Amino acid sequence: MNEFLNAQQKARAGRRLSFDEALLLYEKAPILFLAEWARAAKKRHSKNEVYYNINRHINLSNTCTANCPLCAFSVEEGDKNGYILSLANVADIVRKAAREVPGITEIHIVSSLCPNVEFSYYIDVVKTVKSILPQVNIQAFTPVEIVHFAKISGLSIKKVLQLLIEAGLSALPGGGAEILDDAVRKIICPDKATSAEWIDVVRTAHLLKIPTNASILYGHIETIEQRLQHLFTLRDIQDETGGFNAFIPFPFYPHNTKLAQKYKIKPLTAWENLKFIAIARLILDNIAHLKSFWIMLSEEIAQLSLAFGADDLDGTVGEEKIIHAAGAKAGSLMTRTRLSEMITQAGYIPVERDSLYHSVDNFQNQKHL
Amino acid sequence: MNNALDMIEAKVLSGQRLTREDGIALYDSNDLARIGYLADTVRRRISGDYVYYDVNLHINLTNVCIGQCKFCAFGCKATSDRAYSLTKQSVLDRIAKAASDPDMKNLHIVSGLHPDWPYEYYLDIIKTIKHTFPDMHLKGFTGVEIMHFVKISGKSIREVLSELMEAGLETMPGGGAEILDDDLRKKLCPNKATSAEWLEVARTAHKLGMKTNASMLYGHIETVEQRIDHLLTLRNLQDETGGLQTFICFPFEPKNTQLESCIIRTSVWDDLKTMAISRLILDNVHNIKAYWVMLTLPIAMLALGFGANDIDGTVGGEKIMHAAGVSSQKSLTKNSLIAAIKEAGRIPAECDCNFNVVRTF
Ligand code: SF4
Ligand code: SF4
Repeated sequence: MNEFLNAQQKARAGRRLSFDEALLLYEKAPILFLAEWARAAKKRHSKNEVYYNINRHINLSNTCTANCPLCAFSVEEGDKNGYILSLANVADIVRKAAREVPGITEIHIVSSLCPNVEFSYYIDVVKTVKSILPQVNIQAFTPVEIVHFAKISGLSIKKVLQLLIEAGLSALPGGGAEILDDAVRKIICPDKATSAEWIDVVRTAHLLKIPTNASILYGHIETIEQRLQHLFTLRDIQDETGGFNAFIPFPFYPHNTKLAQKYKIKPLTAWENLKFIAIARLILDNIAHLKSFWIMLSEEIAQLSLAFGADDLDGTVGEEKIIHAAGAKAGSLMTRTRLSEMITQAGYIPVERDSLYHSVDNFQNQKHL
Repeated sequence: MNNALDMIEAKVLSGQRLTREDGIALYDSNDLARIGYLADTVRRRISGDYVYYDVNLHINLTNVCIGQCKFCAFGCKATSDRAYSLTKQSVLDRIAKAASDPDMKNLHIVSGLHPDWPYEYYLDIIKTIKHTFPDMHLKGFTGVEIMHFVKISGKSIREVLSELMEAGLETMPGGGAEILDDDLRKKLCPNKATSAEWLEVARTAHKLGMKTNASMLYGHIETVEQRIDHLLTLRNLQDETGGLQTFICFPFEPKNTQLESCIIRTSVWDDLKTMAISRLILDNVHNIKAYWVMLTLPIAMLALGFGANDIDGTVGGEKIMHAAGVSSQKSLTKNSLIAAIKEAGRIPAECDCNFNVVRTF
């Protein structure tokens, strides 16, 4: 009991938590206590600001060599629903975004591990985007994709990243981390990057001054210990490199996945999702931002998460296919006004940011309108 | 701002009553988790760790209604293609079917104000149901319906209520209170019971020994001050009679109502805040209900952390809210209610309409 009190005091005072303390709090502390402490932690990082950005998501392909049991998005080679965008398609999407989304600051690209595509294609994609929208940030390719590129090209991780940076890449999204525990990965995603590989990519990117995000996919077969250990792994990396901009929790949507069929997994409740956001904010004391991705959580819960330590609602997103394939219900377009309203109602100041968390001058944007 | 909340916290922790200004200050604050925590503290003090649910059946006898309230998606004219009226036999059949579940003990009967049905018809329905299903607990008729009966029968409130009680009515639901402010009512629901009438029905029921619920419909055109005043009106009534059992917050669902084009549904943020503030202001009411049909189960579960101690029932047959396009399921199994309550760290307690705990899990 003393340990529990001690852990509570540390959380309240904003001191660094040990694994055991975090576990105790996660299991025992009232959810709204976690929320209060997490909100105070948020304030230490981002004061009264809550961020959003104006972006477009592009998923280049859905045909995947990995076919992870956790995935509702990918299809196998030869499937009639498989697609891959040509460079011309990409150019069209980006031009459309440039026309329709005034003040866009980010193009966000994540895709499957598409067979029979060479690494040069991805470099060309980045170049294509850059040539049409030279001022936007290109946040693209999860570490899992980077490992895949290294394999198909025979190049080192470092070389792959360097070539992409030369082409115009500005940041990596944090996907594909799932749970950084190979026992879990063997079951949920046996054919993609291992924990060590994922970490290696992130470290290398950070050394090359390319920031990344970090994420977790939770609520499937992992234990609570594995779930929390994942956060501690991320905290250790961040102590070393300082290159994570934001942490993004992804609740697992069982719908349409092989994993859920086999293990009978139920969707997480809003209660669990908010509690997890709070504990993550408390554990990850060295990552500046915590993003709650409204498209996954629903607008309502994303707004509530602002009372549980989140400080970023992501962006206005067009065409997010991956999450909708798994049955997330939120609509896929959001407006700047709506995001600002959600943030203001929660008592915070809405700040439009770019991929690197620089605030964007809204007046500048007005001129584009 | 924090100062105001600090003062309110000190009051709450020492068990002092909150004022109108405190209520408004709470609405002004955006520290949702802290407000929730205060409400949770009060909830623990007043109603402990049980969360009530029941296995119940909703019966809406008819949707034909002379009310034509602007916020209502359920009521309609007799000539509408949506219009329906249940016969006595079909009511009995429905109950018989639901009663095949031995846990099903509670009936919830609320309906439109039918232009042609005489008062005796309702009396007869209650009598017949009670006669056929003597073990069923009968909760029925909002204050608005009772006033309608008073008007069509020429009897007093007291007579109507006594006769219904004699026929077998045991408690009354909390609907029809909306916001107890006649300026608002004139705009929103001019054809139904006034604030004073609604209050008089509740008061009379309490004097006759019948418990009732109370509710608030929020998120339409009312102000924060009007919400707080509504809660204070109910608190005063409760000080006087002690007959209010449960308070229920109804967020206004604009879909399919006359207000659809000008009002968007309020946020879940507001829902949880309102839940918590209601718990804090209504310090003399035992139960605060998170009605999952309106909130959806995930949010109702969260509301349990924001002051609620009741999640309503399995709600077979509910039509009124679903007419307004709410997206929750039509009914839930007992097990999913129990699981939600447990995940919120509380004790599920099945009860009858008088909050006698039938069993816990
Ligand atoms: S999660 Fe990624 S790597 Fe795995 S199957 Fe889906 S798209 Fe492919
Ligand atoms: S709220 Fe009640 S009285 Fe008003 S129209 Fe609807 S059913 Fe009739």
